Amino acid sequence: MIANRESAPSARSGGRVADAFAAARAEGRAALVTYLTYGDPSLAGSMDVLEAVIAAGSDVIELGVPFSDPSADGPSIQAAMARALDAGAGLSQALSAVAELRRRGHTIPVVLFGYYNPIFVMGAEAFAARAAASGVDAVLTVDLPLEELGELAAPLAQHHIAVIPLVAPTSTAARIARVAPLAAPFVYYISMTGVTGAAAKAAVSPQRIDEIRAATAAPVAVGFGIRTPAQAAAMAQLADGVVVGSALVDEIADGDPAGAPARVAKLVSLLRAAVRR
Amino acid sequence: MPALEELEAAWRQHSASEAYWDEVYHLLETYVGRPSRLYHARRLSDAVGAEVYLKREDLNHTGAHKINNCIGQAILARRMGKTRLIAETGAGQHGVATATVAALFELPCEVYMGAQDVERQALNVERMRLLGATVRPVHGGTATLKDAMNEALRDWVTNVDSTFYLIGSVAGPHPYPWMVRELQAVIGHEARQQFREQVGGLPDALIACVGGGSNAAGLFAPFVEDLSVRFYGVEAAGQGIATGRHAATLGAGRVGVLHGSKSYVLTHDSEAQLGQIAHAHSISAGLDYPGVGPEHSHWKEQGRAQYLSRTDDQALAAIELLARTEGILCALETAHAIAALPEVAAAVRQGERRGRVIVNLSGRGDKDMVTIARRRAEARQGEAELTTAPATDERSRS
Repeated sequence: MIANRESAPSARSGGRVADAFAAARAEGRAALVTYLTYGDPSLAGSMDVLEAVIAAGSDVIELGVPFSDPSADGPSIQAAMARALDAGAGLSQALSAVAELRRRGHTIPVVLFGYYNPIFVMGAEAFAARAAASGVDAVLTVDLPLEELGELAAPLAQHHIAVIPLVAPTSTAARIARVAPLAAPFVYYISMTGVTGAAAKAAVSPQRIDEIRAATAAPVAVGFGIRTPAQAAAMAQLADGVVVGSALVDEIADGDPAGAPARVAKLVSLLRAAVRR
Repeated sequence: MPALEELEAAWRQHSASEAYWDEVYHLLETYVGRPSRLYHARRLSDAVGAEVYLKREDLNHTGAHKINNCIGQAILARRMGKTRLIAETGAGQHGVATATVAALFELPCEVYMGAQDVERQALNVERMRLLGATVRPVHGGTATLKDAMNEALRDWVTNVDSTFYLIGSVAGPHPYPWMVRELQAVIGHEARQQFREQVGGLPDALIACVGGGSNAAGLFAPFVEDLSVRFYGVEAAGQGIATGRHAATLGAGRVGVLHGSKSYVLTHDSEAQLGQIAHAHSISAGLDYPGVGPEHSHWKEQGRAQYLSRTDDQALAAIELLARTEGILCALETAHAIAALPEVAAAVRQGERRGRVIVNLSGRGDKDMVTIARRRAEARQGEAELTTAPATDERSRS
């Protein structure tokens, strides 16, 4: 992958994730970040979906670790996590799945997305070591606030794994400024207050994206409520990355599990074509 | 989280003002009926071998300690300009208390409740609806209190501008554990003064049931510096710790992170289910929670409080004991504290002198009558089957 070393963010310590954003930028488009819950619809089926999504042109995989109490997620991802837990997936299995992707030769950047308790119970140090050994590039925890993020970010940094900070519409300028020292490969901007998968209700202003980009010196990916290629195309005009999750998860749920990889890949292809500027 | 920062700033500002507390105490006195009585339960004392004083939170308006916290948070919500209240509830007592203050303050109110709890606490569901609240059954997860809290958190982050999330226990993210403890501390402040006036000195021990832990924290906190006063929290052992079907978070859990606080949690630590939250079980919906307030974890690790547990069956027996000795029907939650009395009595006895113990009678049992009646009927049926043959013989002879 040819990274654009001229643009400030890609020169940072973000590794493959930063490179993917830089490469998309060099192609004149936003990066497409695709969320999938590991273990949905089944352990083997989930690997098939992941490989189909990679083939369809996703730039970054955001791999959800199933959790029993997904309090930041809407109905689609709650249901996906319940299916995945029933299939026997969890943190340990998700790490093994990333290792398996690497063994099969996939170099796509992987952001592990999840809730903090499984990581805490494994131990932040042990988790960081296993995540590095498995080929995880970055970690996003939805329920570990900025005030406490250090206890995870420090051991991850020792293993050259980034943390992805969340910024919300309600985040103050002072709070956004505190994200900068994390030197994240991108900042995840939640497009609206709410849970994942809710219907978009407010437009994201270009000024807000510019503010975050300026304050954090990192590319900004926008997520929550982006479901269709048209919405992704609109967001790609403003942001450096576009995150789509619940719409993909719904493709898995709506129909025969065996057809899930093809259904998800079809939507990813359309989204990838849509994020051009 | 910005919403928590906003809440913390508002709480710091208002809880430092006399006007706020004047408003809170005015309603606690004129509306809730405080101070609640400290009652010397003589027949129960004889039964358990300690001088037992019951802090009668069951006599509060709405029938439990929950209203103390709701009054304080609702006044805060109004001062913050919030126009809508939401809450989670397990047994329904906190939901009823929230629906009550919502009616009083003319605020729309939605209460999230696990679908399983909606079924076992049907009376409280109807009470909330009568008070004008909307009850939203939660079907996800285990369909109990933790899932209701997940759903309330989802609502809050979606409607954060207009909505005040009125958490019912000393759990959840900062500043809730602190704020709820401060609002429930009226229990301990009153009890401390009442004991000095009615008995003299300080009690030897305090006992309270612990789910999230708000009634225990409210009773204990004002006695923290009184090192001679021992604290006993009593968790739900459900069908027995060994069965795995229990809610003894402090007794059998480990430190984890749930609902925005780091505290003891019932969580799996096997490789296969690492860090997933385990199912809690208790006959009492109010104790059926796999987490606990972080301050209880702190008191446990400091050794300031001891945490015991009692089973469903022991709680049912304690309900009967209290009813038969004192004519008081307590909640299933509270019954766990009553059930621990003999053990605590033995621990604080000094030779011939009985120890002096305050029990937080945190709620009344009317809401639990359906559950209690069913369990008593099952017990009677079990006895009848065991004794069928001899009983028939005796009857035929007489």
